[in-house]
Amino acid sequence: MSKKVPFALFCAGLTVILAFPILGLNLEHKGTSLVVTGADNWTLIGVLVAALIVFVTQLLKSQIKATYQAVKPNFGGLIQRLPGEDKRKLISKLVLIALIIAALVLPFFTSRQWPDIATLVLIYVILGLGLNVVVGLAGLLDLGYVAFYAVGAYSYALLSQYFGWSFWACLPIGTLLAATFGLLLGFPVLRLRGDYLAIVTLGFGEIIRILLNNFTSITGGPNGIGNIPKPSLPFIQFEPNFEIVWLEFGRRATDGGVPFHKFFDLPYDSSLKVIVLYLIALALAVITILIIQRLIRMPVGRAWEALREDEIACRSLGLNRTAIKLSAFTIGASFAGFAGSLFAARQGFINPESFIFWESVIILAIVVLGGMGSQIGVMIAAAIVVLLQELTAEFDEYRLLAFGAIMVLMMIWKPQGLLPMKRPHIKLKQE
Amino acid sequence: MLEAGLYFLQQLINGITIGSTYALIAIGYTMVYGIIGMINFAHGEIYMIGTYVAFMAIAGMAMLGIEFLPIIFLGALLASMLVSSSFGWAVERIAYRPLRGGNRLIPLISAIGMSIFLQNYVRLGQGSRDIAMSSQITGGFSIGPTDGFHATLSYMQIIIFVVMLVSMALLTLFISKSRMGRACRAVAQDLKMANLLGIDTNRVIATTFVIGAALAAVAGTLLGMYYGVVNAYVGFIAGLKAFTAAVLGGIGSIPGAMLGGILLGIAESMTAAYFSTEYKDVVSFGLLVLILLFKPTGILGKPEVEKI
Repeated sequence: MSKKVPFALFCAGLTVILAFPILGLNLEHKGTSLVVTGADNWTLIGVLVAALIVFVTQLLKSQIKATYQAVKPNFGGLIQRLPGEDKRKLISKLVLIALIIAALVLPFFTSRQWPDIATLVLIYVILGLGLNVVVGLAGLLDLGYVAFYAVGAYSYALLSQYFGWSFWACLPIGTLLAATFGLLLGFPVLRLRGDYLAIVTLGFGEIIRILLNNFTSITGGPNGIGNIPKPSLPFIQFEPNFEIVWLEFGRRATDGGVPFHKFFDLPYDSSLKVIVLYLIALALAVITILIIQRLIRMPVGRAWEALREDEIACRSLGLNRTAIKLSAFTIGASFAGFAGSLFAARQGFINPESFIFWESVIILAIVVLGGMGSQIGVMIAAAIVVLLQELTAEFDEYRLLAFGAIMVLMMIWKPQGLLPMKRPHIKLKQE
Repeated sequence: MLEAGLYFLQQLINGITIGSTYALIAIGYTMVYGIIGMINFAHGEIYMIGTYVAFMAIAGMAMLGIEFLPIIFLGALLASMLVSSSFGWAVERIAYRPLRGGNRLIPLISAIGMSIFLQNYVRLGQGSRDIAMSSQITGGFSIGPTDGFHATLSYMQIIIFVVMLVSMALLTLFISKSRMGRACRAVAQDLKMANLLGIDTNRVIATTFVIGAALAAVAGTLLGMYYGVVNAYVGFIAGLKAFTAAVLGGIGSIPGAMLGGILLGIAESMTAAYFSTEYKDVVSFGLLVLILLFKPTGILGKPEVEKI
């Protein structure tokens, strides 16, 4: 006890030092000079209360820990009562089917705003899954992921603006272009230690943004590129003659296609284009999920994880470290390009402001929250993060503050994420 | 010809000034990396907090009517060092210590979280607009013809350079002579072995964070007084530059951080002067990539041996 009191006092004093200057004092301009004013009394009381709380917790740390151990919820009984393996598989399949049907049908019954947000969620699902390959599976911390996203978005925007190419032509090009950038960046850097990779990718992300901002003649600089067409859908027409018609969902055809409502003689519905974009995003997200699911089970996927766990052991077993890392990095980058094209189509307008470092952090937060390596976890986390972003836009500072704090706390308490990854495995049936 | 020479000299002076502060921030990165092998992403924010506290101290002393410059300068320096090193200590204790010894990725992500947290903590308390302050120390020497184009070396620039040299000298003395400094070197060589031999490694690591943060606060005070502007976002880019400087000089090496900082400062001011201001950040990142490509150990770094 005697040793604890000085330490607790020290911590309380430290709390005051940490909180008082930043929260309790305000710098203000008065005329030409700068003055310091005190914040209102409530802030000061808050600081003191915080110090008191820190003092008491530090003093009673061991007691609190003991109490927590005593009342800690025990999940042992619950797990035993869960249904058996086969039943669980059936249930999860049914849930999956129900979810897919709901995802397909729901947008037609909600207001216009929801499919739009859902599209954004799906874009982040693709981004999260792509970064999950790099960070979660291969264990390479990529802090410039947004650069590849920007490459995908700008390649669609520029190709459609200068050459009038359609979304479906630009999607693979954007994906390939992002993959190429990933390959070019990854090649020199991946030979190095992991931490260097983090900082170099961060720098690369900033370089791309600065370049986009300064090549005003091509990219429009900070003004960005507008009027990016929404994707059209092909429709095979048999009469009067066999041809493929590109249906557009705007009021007027802008991309050389036919407006949907004119083609079918329906009244114009402005929410249709949002829903169609949502459905396209859904299809692309499902494709992403399927591709990555296969990759994880392939030898290359196993190699990613093995390399993450123990690099020296892998090299001793004859795995080519650079090639494996490079494959993860390139595949991750290509999905960012994929999502980027979709993002440009959704926004209809892009500028470098959409591709700041903060975006990379959000995508990283999705991967971390969801559980590194876990696909379901990443999808759920993407939904949570995007919805929180959309719904709490007015509490900007608090939101970011909470974001940072959650990232730290997650790493301390649950570094494996909300839904940790489970290895695909086969269990022998007991006869 | 003379004019071009003077212009070059001016850029050199500016570059060394900025580079000196990069060097001071880079020490924090390099010492932490040398001991526990992680990049402390929150270090840039600690520098930014140092600048804020220095501004508060200067404004507060001006309101109290203190006009003697050395006292203002020392007061600002001490206040910012106190608060920043408290932050350094707390950050290590809260966000890094519980994670030590696990996967390398985890403390790195925690550090990014901490950086975001601190940045928005300051934004919450101080608002997100720029805070400007008129410069306290004005005047300087001018070099070259007084009526034509001339290079100036301001007193503030001299102070920055001198303070940087003094801090570096003190740090080197501390590391090489004191008991704690010897423990620091031992821990950097082999953490486990040092622990076995009875060195309190937790204490050494905490000290490293405190020293790094205090030097970042020195840089924050100096750079704040030099530019006269601060906002909650300056830490990020400054931290990135300082990290580049640390890698350039050889991460883990203290003289390397100093050399790297000054080289980076000069490279940046030359790019801004002869090429374009917009691309000065591109140059420093490009430089980072190039160093990592051709000499990953940096100028003064030692090659790392992987132990099994």
